[in-house]
Amino acid sequence: MENSRRRFLKTAGFSILGVGAGSILVGLETRSARAAGPGSDKGPVFAKAEEAREARRWGMVIDTRELDEQTCRKMQEECHRIHNVPDFSGDEHPRSSKHEIKWIWPTEFTHAFPGQEAEFLAEKLSHKPIIPVLCNHCDNPPCVQVCPTKATFKRESDGIVMMDFHRCIGCRFCMAACPFGSRSFNFRDPRPAIKDENPEFPTRTKGVVEKCNFCAERLAVGKQPACVEASGGALIFGDLEDPESDIRKLLADEYAIRRKPNLGTFPSVFYIV
Amino acid sequence: MNDKNKIITGLVIFFLVVLFPFWFNLIFGTPGASTAPEAELTEKAKEAENCVEETQYMRAEHMQLLDQWRDTVVRDGKRLYMAEDGGKYDPSLSNTCMDCHSNKVEFCDRCHNYASVAPYCWDCHTYPEETE
Repeated sequence: MENSRRRFLKTAGFSILGVGAGSILVGLETRSARAAGPGSDKGPVFAKAEEAREARRWGMVIDTRELDEQTCRKMQEECHRIHNVPDFSGDEHPRSSKHEIKWIWPTEFTHAFPGQEAEFLAEKLSHKPIIPVLCNHCDNPPCVQVCPTKATFKRESDGIVMMDFHRCIGCRFCMAACPFGSRSFNFRDPRPAIKDENPEFPTRTKGVVEKCNFCAERLAVGKQPACVEASGGALIFGDLEDPESDIRKLLADEYAIRRKPNLGTFPSVFYIV
Repeated sequence: MNDKNKIITGLVIFFLVVLFPFWFNLIFGTPGASTAPEAELTEKAKEAENCVEETQYMRAEHMQLLDQWRDTVVRDGKRLYMAEDGGKYDPSLSNTCMDCHSNKVEFCDRCHNYASVAPYCWDCHTYPEETE
């Protein structure tokens, strides 16, 4: 009697264990492999589009000899329209000038290249905002080093310094680290200040930093960056690591300077002045 | 069994209290509040029959899928999603999902509200404005 009760309890216990474990295994088995996530063997497959432009290190040469104020403005307008950059100018807010957000903008030579002003600067360069400045997509980017959430990162494949707005916590370390002032902070909701929204590109939200992304979304579908298209040939875009590329040939022929080279960030944007 | 009446009264009271949420909801509950809402499909979505993956998978795991999409697009720059059945899609919430499911209020919000989740996709990503 004692023995059989003991045996009964044992059997019952193991049966419950077996049924429980079995149902877990069945559940795991029937769960779609897609849920495993990218990177796992059975996970979903992603690819690059065939027409995507690829390079090992994207770079840009800006031939300022070919630029005038009007073209600079056109480039800025085109870039900001495509990327849903808000325009707070003409806003009633007393601090709206501090809220300005810009990805590319024309500035004067002395502001773009402090410390490199000649005493008798060429007439066309003095007091005219004809130097377009943007994120330099540095080879050694200080903004990436300081970002605590890796929201700003340098894409290993092509050297573009990018923002992941999903991750940005708005600490603005990157703004302090960037020696070029290429980054802007969304102090308030940008949406009301976007005139005609481009539905193909997301807007940003209050509390994130934003900057030029070298038109990564356009390169992915085989297009040139918007500013290059709008520049009428004054901006040349290409692979800095490819000695046969147009941009490298141009750099071999012309003397080009970079902004604040002494800081060792190795900008990928070159200027011919 | 001298306390038969007391015991039965006690049991009735006990079950009334324990089952309070059930009978209260049956009598005073708002009709429909307890049933999960059905997501409404647009004509375009109905025509397509299948989403990028099977309906059952999409229903259960669309958030994981969107998470994967966002990470691979933003961080790896891969903008082509190969579905299990071989279809190729642009992994984009605004341009692919909302192209078919252009009725955000009936398709997304209804279930999200029911499940009391507040995804912040729409803080940045745009959706087709509701017509009418």
